Amino acid sequence: MSNVWRAADVVDTRMETPTARTIRLRIPGLHGHLAGQHVDIRLTAPDGYQAVRSYSIASGGGRGALEPHELPDDELELTVEELADGEVSPYLVRGLQNGDQLEVRGPVGGWFVWRPGDTTPVQLIAGGSGVVPLMSMARAHAAAASTAPFRMLYSVRAPFSRYYTDELATLATDAAPLEVDYIYTRQAPPDSDAKPGRLTAEGLMQRVLPASDSPTFFICGSTPFVEAVSGWLVDAGHDPARVRTERYGGVGGTP
Amino acid sequence: MTDLSYLDGNAAAGLLSEVFAADITTAVGRCANCGDEAVVARARVYVDEHGLVVRCSVCGDVIAVAAERAGRLCLDLRGLAWLEFPVE
Repeated sequence: MSNVWRAADVVDTRMETPTARTIRLRIPGLHGHLAGQHVDIRLTAPDGYQAVRSYSIASGGGRGALEPHELPDDELELTVEELADGEVSPYLVRGLQNGDQLEVRGPVGGWFVWRPGDTTPVQLIAGGSGVVPLMSMARAHAAAASTAPFRMLYSVRAPFSRYYTDELATLATDAAPLEVDYIYTRQAPPDSDAKPGRLTAEGLMQRVLPASDSPTFFICGSTPFVEAVSGWLVDAGHDPARVRTERYGGVGGTP
Repeated sequence: MTDLSYLDGNAAAGLLSEVFAADITTAVGRCANCGDEAVVARARVYVDEHGLVVRCSVCGDVIAVAAERAGRLCLDLRGLAWLEFPVE
């Protein structure tokens, strides 16, 4: 029925963690994307059954990126977390190979995006795989050598479940620096004094830009995570109009 | 526990890109029930295999339903008083 679905070529893949994979797609006719957008992926079974899922774009969509390699305008990268009972993600993480094709709709979304011309301070808050669209923003920020203060709070279960660890460390020393704080919910790194545990309102306030800076917040994670964090921010005096959220539909997803 | 099975209006962006030339998430809609005006990105979206239901984040009323079946997409927008898109 639709002419918005395009065939994308898988040109590269790499594992980020034991259960998460970055997939680079070449999409004929694509002319870049905004940082924070997503695409829909459609799989069709031999019997015609179709499943559609949304995945956030991880690449920055800008020129001059500090990424391992700058992407051409007709390429983008997704990072997909495998859900044990998922219909689509196990195939994307385990089955898909270079040279395969995927049906893609998008990139879409103009609201949960960061634009390089914006100099407002930005606080990114990620729960688990919710880091993906925020990494896109951090990459775009670096690629643009933006002067906007950028800070990221990243809640993960354990050190081995972190995405993009080396690149985030590099971005912290870049010309457009990004400050990164981690919260470990189940297991802290061996060299850390911090005890693992869920993020709390107090812990949140210690690790985000203050209300006096009037930061824009981008929060991405499971619905319970996003609900809790956005509620605490508003309770602490942050302007709800500056709190932008993206809830992901993953199951079993408290970070 | 309250129902937390919903997503943001962002989740409607792909399906509705089939019919709207402009981005739906930055469009501002007025809820026909309570009169709240907000960008679609702030609405609550419930997704299933048939399509999606968009609810007002203030009063919870249904503002839009999009259902896909047999190669057709059906849109019910009765819950919206109006929808305003940014234009160039």
